[in-house]
Amino acid sequence: MLDDSKPLFVAVAEQIEDGILDGTYAEDDPVPSTNELAAFLRINPATAGKGFNLLVDAGVLIKRRGIGMFVAPGAREALRHRRRLAFQDQFIAPLLREAAQLGISAEDLADMITKEVAR
Amino acid sequence: MTAIVTRQLAKHYPEVRALDGVSIALEEHRIHGLLGRNGAGKTTLMQLLTGQVFATSGSMQVLGASPVENAEVLAQTCFIQESQKYPDTFRAIDVLRIAAGAYPHWDQAFADQLIDEFRLPVKRAIKKLSRGQLSAIGIVIGLASRAPITFFDEPYLGLDAVARRMFYDRLLADFSEHPRTVVLSTHHIDEVANLLEHVVILDQGRVLLDADTDELHHAAIEVSGRAADVDAFLTGREVLDRTALGALATATLTARDGDERAAREAGLDVSPVSLQALFVHLTRASAAAAAATASVSATDVANH
Repeated sequence: MLDDSKPLFVAVAEQIEDGILDGTYAEDDPVPSTNELAAFLRINPATAGKGFNLLVDAGVLIKRRGIGMFVAPGAREALRHRRRLAFQDQFIAPLLREAAQLGISAEDLADMITKEVAR
Repeated sequence: MTAIVTRQLAKHYPEVRALDGVSIALEEHRIHGLLGRNGAGKTTLMQLLTGQVFATSGSMQVLGASPVENAEVLAQTCFIQESQKYPDTFRAIDVLRIAAGAYPHWDQAFADQLIDEFRLPVKRAIKKLSRGQLSAIGIVIGLASRAPITFFDEPYLGLDAVARRMFYDRLLADFSEHPRTVVLSTHHIDEVANLLEHVVILDQGRVLLDADTDELHHAAIEVSGRAADVDAFLTGREVLDRTALGALATATLTARDGDERAAREAGLDVSPVSLQALFVHLTRASAAAAAATASVSATDVANH
């Protein structure tokens, strides 16, 4: 359920981000509480809290005292922008590395992508 | 605040140094993992901290005071022992009644709920209960006592996977609502890794590792690839484990900043090391070091 190649609290933050990106949590909507999420993922509440704090610091979530945490206005667009910037490093670079190892040219690769999109 | 502090704490028996210079500090309102192989000193440490045995040397503070013959501190402490013995004539309900009277923060409604969930036959004689049902008594007491400091020493011998998971769920939920200090000793490291905020690993009576679980994520990495590349990368680094098959090799090493990137740039696959794997590598490396020291001193003796 969580990406175990990253520290747990980072994986927690990314999971909430995924929820914002795919519309599970709309802007101005509440996100689950730290304890709810900790219970659901079976992780220490402090770890879940650290994940939430990352998102608060990044301006993705807004803390409202005594009520809970909410998705900040514009959070979805901001996340999308940030993830796009990371896309090259995270996905394209490893793809090209593996392609080079297998002797797949850039043109072949482009062909494969076009075919996969059409499927 | 710090819930538990020990300084150079030691417990020596005639034949063995069960605990040998342990200095740790456990923050309050956290779930701490106390890990180690059999005989590492986990139970001894918990017995010392709950005033059940006396230290040979060193000092300790529990909630700011020595726990030794200190009723005030001990009332705030609940110790669920691995193989708790009960009088033969007792039923679970008798034990639970005593617990209800002994722990100031006892929650009877919560105890009843847990008895139900763990399907504990409270009116059957304790000597007729299974190993798992005995463990369930301990878990009910450990959770429902809501003691500010709760020690669980391998609390679920004989419990099946479903019951263990229930224990984790109830522990987490109740810990969230009633924050307290929990020290959990277990061999099921993979199962509890995500529950722990801090880990102490004991080995042969000494502290092998004392760290927050967040920091551990990058404490060690596993690299794999062509044996020649792996070995070139390992030069000058602290290797915990290395295995090879043909031209391929996999190694675990303690990681410093930049090691992960350097490994990738060297064409190696890098993956994280689980707490369980780190535990195995560290204790094994420690045993190997001890064996090496022993053989060196044996050689010394032979040479003299």
